[in-house]
Amino acid sequence: MSETRSIKVEALTRVEGEGGLHIRLNGDVIEDVQLSIYEPPRFFEGFLRGRPLEEVPDITARICGICPVAYQMSAVHALEQALGVTITPEIRRLRRLLYCGEWIESHGLHMHLLQAPDFFNVASGIELAGRFPKEVNRGLKLKKQGNELLEALGGRAIHPINVAVGGFYRAPKKEEMQKLIPAFEWGLQAAIDATRWVAGFDFPDFQRLYEMVSLSHPDEYAMNEGRIVSTSGLSIDVADYEATFAEHHVAHSTALHSLKTVDKTSYHVGPLARVNLNRERLCETAQRVADEIRFETPCMNPFKAIIARGLEVIHAFDEALSILRDYRPFKPCRIDYEYRHGEGCAATEAPRGLIYHRYKVDDAGKVVFAKIVPPTSQNQRQIELDLIDWLPRVLGGDDQQTADDCERLIRSYDPCISCSTHFLKLTIDRGRSEEIESGEIRGEA
Amino acid sequence: MSNPADSLSQNDQPAPARPRLAVFKFASCDGCQLSLLDCEDELLTVASAVHIAYFPEASSRMEAGPYDVALVEGSITTPHDAERIQEVRRSASVVVTIGACATAGGIQSLKNWADHEDYLRCVYARPEYISTLATSTPIADHIKVDYELRGCPVSRHQLLEVIGALVAGRRPRLPTYSVCLDCKRRGTVCVEVAHGIPCLGPVTQSGCGAICPSFDRGCYGCFGPAAQCNCQSLTDQYLNTGTRAESLLPLLRNFNATAPEFREASNRVESIALESRSEQETRS
Repeated sequence: MSETRSIKVEALTRVEGEGGLHIRLNGDVIEDVQLSIYEPPRFFEGFLRGRPLEEVPDITARICGICPVAYQMSAVHALEQALGVTITPEIRRLRRLLYCGEWIESHGLHMHLLQAPDFFNVASGIELAGRFPKEVNRGLKLKKQGNELLEALGGRAIHPINVAVGGFYRAPKKEEMQKLIPAFEWGLQAAIDATRWVAGFDFPDFQRLYEMVSLSHPDEYAMNEGRIVSTSGLSIDVADYEATFAEHHVAHSTALHSLKTVDKTSYHVGPLARVNLNRERLCETAQRVADEIRFETPCMNPFKAIIARGLEVIHAFDEALSILRDYRPFKPCRIDYEYRHGEGCAATEAPRGLIYHRYKVDDAGKVVFAKIVPPTSQNQRQIELDLIDWLPRVLGGDDQQTADDCERLIRSYDPCISCSTHFLKLTIDRGRSEEIESGEIRGEA
Repeated sequence: MSNPADSLSQNDQPAPARPRLAVFKFASCDGCQLSLLDCEDELLTVASAVHIAYFPEASSRMEAGPYDVALVEGSITTPHDAERIQEVRRSASVVVTIGACATAGGIQSLKNWADHEDYLRCVYARPEYISTLATSTPIADHIKVDYELRGCPVSRHQLLEVIGALVAGRRPRLPTYSVCLDCKRRGTVCVEVAHGIPCLGPVTQSGCGAICPSFDRGCYGCFGPAAQCNCQSLTDQYLNTGTRAESLLPLLRNFNATAPEFREASNRVESIALESRSEQETRS
């Protein structure tokens, strides 16, 4: 009888939120892989009911401190649909600008402080700065530009306060936007350099067959609007999201798994999906850099998501610059609406991938129902399946090494576990009941 | 009462070259610990002034305690976390709670007023898979806390001030006056006086920089109650000048809902709202 082996890693690191992985092996046969999320549930969909609809962008922002804008954008678009509000092109452009700030901040963080350390066998971005001071400092400065844009337009970087149902509380002054331009000109070049840097990393030769899913828009790189498309030819209206994808509640996770309803298969969302599906709508500079670094699409190597993030940071700086340069204050900055019974849904592109919201409101302006599907719960099953494919290649080393290699793959998704409304627990079960404890507080010595 | 900052030198013999810092997360959005990584200009300086011993969001190297300073984000919502916070206290000389969840239970403490079973059923198809407490409570309800940093999210300037002070072995300087003072300093026109927008600025602690009024909206209390705030007087003023109790209630009961002054005020406004609703129903 072959030996059963169990490796446990209690807590994944350099991810947002808390979770782990449990892997059970029988000899070389992988018996089970469970990505478990044990982030304590906070019940946003529960307490949103009965709240004034104006509060929804402020409250849903608190689901995630890393991508609050994604929640705010999805919420306001869904609520505007429920209220029958049509926003102006000026508001629409300013929302794209805000989203550019979040993509820059979130991708900048993940590229330099969270994922890059994996390619150099160091524990953190701070340690990486010892070896690559120029690159890490550039990354920090890039991230800072994203935050400064969020502060100028949103009021603050974490949980911006200027996003309203119908538009913005106040349109920024011209000088507030113009003073960002010199730093963004620097940022565009820095983003190009950062992308070239990460493209030169030593990537594992690991190809998967994914169905990749993202928004797609005929005229622009999709952020706030578009149809939901996939690399397998899916093309649906956002209104058909829940008929196409469904969430499942599994015992090992406080996050809900999303699968396609038709065949219960997993799918992949995130920057790699977006670049694969919308490469020709990246700005010219980003496309040129993609060609120059010979970034082949469709790219199905999850580790290369770091390159896709780089290309998107280039795009975000480029688009932000063009909006900043043309910006003139406008009125009204917020479209009025009357309360009515209604229902609306929206999908936008969070830095980590597609995010879907649906709300029902009543004629007193109260939320009656809320449903939120974050990107990480959509990727969760896909990550487990990736690990099943990845494990045979990394089982050779000791358990700690195997655990580290698995974490690297998980981290490439930039999983936002707080977002999945919920902590990730990594345990590899090799039957020897040997556990690698790396999460909870260890000892008081 | 001893100054917790003193314990840095007292407890550790021999005194370490750099204080050992740990960051712990409970129920939260990660935004407050992200504030540390958002100190882009100061991050590498901070990392040289303190030894980051445990900070899973930023580093895979997780060293065991004891720690000199523990930053604690998030509220207590599960039986497991209620035990884990005791371990944090035992492992750290100084405990600093960061943010509204850790200091006042956070937005998730709205469930303290609701039917918990109903919330479980509303979000999860299989409620039996979920282990959670019926309440969300601040860290100070469970252990002794040395310093509290308010905010949803915290101010990174205040975060740097606390870390800097603890490194220097002095008390952090954290203002306890209200947001109103910051509006005056910024030259922001009062949104309540000029536009009649209900604003919590007069009763909310300084820290954010008075952002909301500068964007033409009322303060919604991210930094919790200011020192000696008079919530009753302010809410009476709003109720007497046309704001309905029903719309004042959610303003008082949000990110710092369980902070005692806000809790008391929201409970009072809620009973007024219920009274006026039953009056209306009787009339009609």
